[in-house]
Amino acid sequence: MDKYVLIPLLPLIAFFINIIFGRKIFREKAHWISTLAVLSSWVISVITLSEVVNGKVINRDIYTWIISGNFSVSVGFLIDQLTAVMLIVVTTVSSLVHIYSIGYMHGDKGYYRFFSYLSLFTFSMLMLVMANNFLQLYFGWEAVGLCSYLLIGFWYEKKSASDAGKKAFIVNRFGDFGFGLGVILVFLTFGTLHYAPVFGGVQGIVGRTINILGYDVDLITLMALLLFCGAVGKSAQIPLHVWLPDAMEGPTPVSALIHAATMVTAGVFMVARCNPIFNLSEIAMDVVAITGAVTALFAATIALVQRDIKRIIAYSTVSQLGYMFLACGVGAYSAGIFHLYTHAFFKALLFLGAGSVMHAMAGELDIKKMGGLKKYMPVTYWTFLLASLSISGVPGLAGFFSKDEILWRTYSSGSLGQVLFVLGAITALLTAFYSFRIIYVAFHGSFRGTHEQEHHLHESPKVMTMPLVILAIGAIASGWVGIPPLLGDIIGLEHSDRFGEFLAPVFGGHHPSEGSHSEEILVMTLSIAAGILGILISASMYLRKTDLPERIGQRFSSIYKLLWNKYYVDELYDFIIVRPTLWIANNVIVGVTDGKIIEGLVNGVPAAIGRFSQWLRRVQTGLVHQYATVMAIGAFIIVVIALLWR
Amino acid sequence: MEPGYPVLSTLIFLPVAGAVLLLLIKRTQEGLLKWSALLISVVEFILSMPLFTGFDKSTHQMQFLERYEWIPSWGITYHIGLDGISVLFVLLSTLITILCVTISWNSIKVKVKEFYIAILLMEGAMIGVFSSLDFFLFYIFWEAMLIPMYLLIGVWGGPNRVYAAIKFFLYTLVGSVLMLVGIIVLYFEAGKTFDILEMMKRTYPYQVQFWLFWAFFAAFAVKVPMFPVHTWLPDAHTEAPTAGSVILAAILIKMGAYGFLRFSLPLFPDATKAMTVPMLVLSVIAIIYGAIVCLAQTDLKRLIAYSSVSHMGFVTLGIFALNSQGIEGGIIQMINHGIVTGALFLCVGIIYDRTHSRQIRDYGGLATVLPVYAAFFMVFTLASIGLPGLNGFIGEFLIILGGFKAVKWAGVLAATGIIIGAAYMLWLYQRVFFMETNEKVQGLNDMDLREVITLMPLMALVLWIGVYPNTFLSFMHASVENLLQRLGNQGMQPQNISDVLGGPVVDLARNVLEVIR
Repeated sequence: MDKYVLIPLLPLIAFFINIIFGRKIFREKAHWISTLAVLSSWVISVITLSEVVNGKVINRDIYTWIISGNFSVSVGFLIDQLTAVMLIVVTTVSSLVHIYSIGYMHGDKGYYRFFSYLSLFTFSMLMLVMANNFLQLYFGWEAVGLCSYLLIGFWYEKKSASDAGKKAFIVNRFGDFGFGLGVILVFLTFGTLHYAPVFGGVQGIVGRTINILGYDVDLITLMALLLFCGAVGKSAQIPLHVWLPDAMEGPTPVSALIHAATMVTAGVFMVARCNPIFNLSEIAMDVVAITGAVTALFAATIALVQRDIKRIIAYSTVSQLGYMFLACGVGAYSAGIFHLYTHAFFKALLFLGAGSVMHAMAGELDIKKMGGLKKYMPVTYWTFLLASLSISGVPGLAGFFSKDEILWRTYSSGSLGQVLFVLGAITALLTAFYSFRIIYVAFHGSFRGTHEQEHHLHESPKVMTMPLVILAIGAIASGWVGIPPLLGDIIGLEHSDRFGEFLAPVFGGHHPSEGSHSEEILVMTLSIAAGILGILISASMYLRKTDLPERIGQRFSSIYKLLWNKYYVDELYDFIIVRPTLWIANNVIVGVTDGKIIEGLVNGVPAAIGRFSQWLRRVQTGLVHQYATVMAIGAFIIVVIALLWR
Repeated sequence: MEPGYPVLSTLIFLPVAGAVLLLLIKRTQEGLLKWSALLISVVEFILSMPLFTGFDKSTHQMQFLERYEWIPSWGITYHIGLDGISVLFVLLSTLITILCVTISWNSIKVKVKEFYIAILLMEGAMIGVFSSLDFFLFYIFWEAMLIPMYLLIGVWGGPNRVYAAIKFFLYTLVGSVLMLVGIIVLYFEAGKTFDILEMMKRTYPYQVQFWLFWAFFAAFAVKVPMFPVHTWLPDAHTEAPTAGSVILAAILIKMGAYGFLRFSLPLFPDATKAMTVPMLVLSVIAIIYGAIVCLAQTDLKRLIAYSSVSHMGFVTLGIFALNSQGIEGGIIQMINHGIVTGALFLCVGIIYDRTHSRQIRDYGGLATVLPVYAAFFMVFTLASIGLPGLNGFIGEFLIILGGFKAVKWAGVLAATGIIIGAAYMLWLYQRVFFMETNEKVQGLNDMDLREVITLMPLMALVLWIGVYPNTFLSFMHASVENLLQRLGNQGMQPQNISDVLGGPVVDLARNVLEVIR
């Protein structure tokens, strides 16, 4: 057994120990085993990364999982550049969230359960990114979904929490429906589910079609789109985005780990992993890019008016995931993964910062009831500010480099790209606006909560602020490994886009962007300007003319209502899916087909036989003269027939 | 390596002998009765282990064979044996029986003696059905099973037990009678033998196959149960005592699907191939229909019963996909369904013993009151909705793969059942275990050691099959390949419909007349 197996195995062992012994034996010490496990995984991941940097790529099977006829699939690991990056992202954020949770979840009666779920999640996510075949990917995919379900509904006594967990699972199943069929299609096309032969052989099926309901559909396009269905669900893109905001019912560290930094990015990872398939279908690529760009803008507009601090950040996550898909859709996979990686730091930081605020305010989520927190919680404030600057794309910080690269690659990818670039740029402005709306409303000004809340305001303990500080360093510096060559030349740095070059082998080589330097400078200027402008508008509305937001809200009340109600998508689904299904179940199936038709026959036939016998019984009257009469009539008929027959 | 004793006969008749032994014990000695029943079922399980360890996986030939002349003038033999299709069901039967004994320990309070006698007789008959290689013998066991089950439901069942028991009995009897006619026709067509292996050596004209396929279908479809003959199942399950529901779910309804595999496919290959599309349609309807009905259920047992309709729809879909993934998926799904639905009924029994309510609205917040119980139920729920890594996934995935391979839309539609499956199971779990604690369940005791031990083997199997299914799949490979070859080799085309309708009826009449003369 080599050390790579240990990366997912240690958290799995921690899960089993904690779930079995945690309740009775470990109790409030349950964090030890989980945290030690994930830290060990992190250490091995770092060693693995250094090996991969030195050119090692591992692809090996551990054991054969399922054999049936000509179908065979293994459990195995593929550790290449992409996986190495994901390993670092997952284990780093997971470790920090484990540590943070020691403080945040302190005293919760489900403490052991929380840490066992975190361990199970870490295991599942690692299995997902380390898979060397589609079915193991699917395993990890569903397993992280399970952990998400368990952790969203962690405080299961609350109906809203258990509703949200259930919703997340079921909405994801809609996406997985397509994903699963995509996996089956891959097998039926290639006769295997292992990445290497599939990606190696995909060139050979260009132009093949498959007949669906009489139409000939391009096989690769269908395959790519089915797989993408899964990504739409897991990464909360339109139209399956509805579960992620509700997922904020879970404890905040969970939101940071699962619903910001790692699990929701699995869709992006999967599309990037399957790039040899997606690259061969222009339609699929356009669908990915458009879905991403539209989702980015759509979610950002909703975030503008929400008041729940976690929901704002959740919509922000949906929006940023849209960016990542936009990047993948225009073929800039490494830009997408780069944004995934920087986003993991600043978004986890935003969530953990929000958690720190909630910790201080006894669970308060409404930013209107906060205000002036800056002076009570300096560490939280400064780290939150850094994260917001980073997500807004302020030059020099991590978010700037990744977002700028996406916008530039989008712009330079062609005419569709230029349209999508406009959406992306508007989103950048909105992102800066709503991010700083939180800063100004919650942290500046004067406190608007109750006196009791004000009395209890305090900075969070070290065990919580330490992860904030580490993530803040990431939010600043993690982007420095991917400086665009344009800027690299200016500061005299060769090979400044190390990130892109590192991932190049996975994405079929490092493609320098098309388009001129002057255009690139223009795009960069626009992207910086959008961010700064967003911050300035936010400042003027929430620091200077504080009555302005309300006036705008009243002036454009219909738009405000539309955004506040999230475009009524939940209501729409309730109306066209949930209610009709339940109505059919109750009124058609139970009421009519099962209840009346089938049961009617089942009970009706014996009943009819019974009635017939009742009727027939009357023949037996017991009166001899009647019998004699009937016999005489019968004899007469027989004689007549016999005579006529001859 | 086969053991040195007639292992199958032992397995069939040990429980029968055990039942006789129980007859001799005084009915007041309840402790002794229970412990004897437990001992017998455990010994039975241990004696069945050679089937697991000594089974030769490299051949499709029948193993553990025993053959004795019984009524030679009628061509009736006592002929039993197992192949890769049946062996796992015998093992499942011996395991499930133990659990049925332990789960009933405190919940059966009246007619204790008769209860355990019925369970043991049931076990013998079930193993007989799976190992019979003679149709006469098979039919005896098949019908013999009905009686203890009828009594289990009718005597120890819920308030509406008599209706449910009679419904169950009549439903299955109607199907069985048609099969009996089929068996008699087959007897003449095969040259007056009831020996199944002999029958399989022949090929039958298409019109004979066609009629026999439907005659057997009547019996098997009711047992599975397939849409639209499924409505006995919810009533029987709901009214049966826990052990009865478990045997029904885990073993009894498997016999229909087993019948398709053992008889319909190899004996009537051309008819089977011709009937694939209607069978797939019925399967897909069962999957989706069964799942949607679950959304409307308010009774725990009824919901799980209807979920069986949906899950068994997957099984028949896999079988009639007629490829190795479909059939192997179907068999492993049968085992999985036996384990998971059996476990869910055990779970419902555990809580029913405490609250005496099956209504979902009487629960809520159980996760707080009974955390261990909640954990077990969660694992079985997840297995039921096909979470990868647990057993349900293996079956469903292989079946959908096989279905998609056979007829694309069948695979696609079946996959929608998985969405609805998640919806009704998670909604059930939420209403029972989450949210605020219902005052009716306040202060209940968590599972005791007996209950934990009852569920443990099933939990272990859920994980084992999920993580390393090859242990079990490897039993089937040779037999399933052989079955498929048999199906593939017979390329006869469906014939003129008038021939089909006329032939066998005339043949039957002629044969009957001949016998009378």
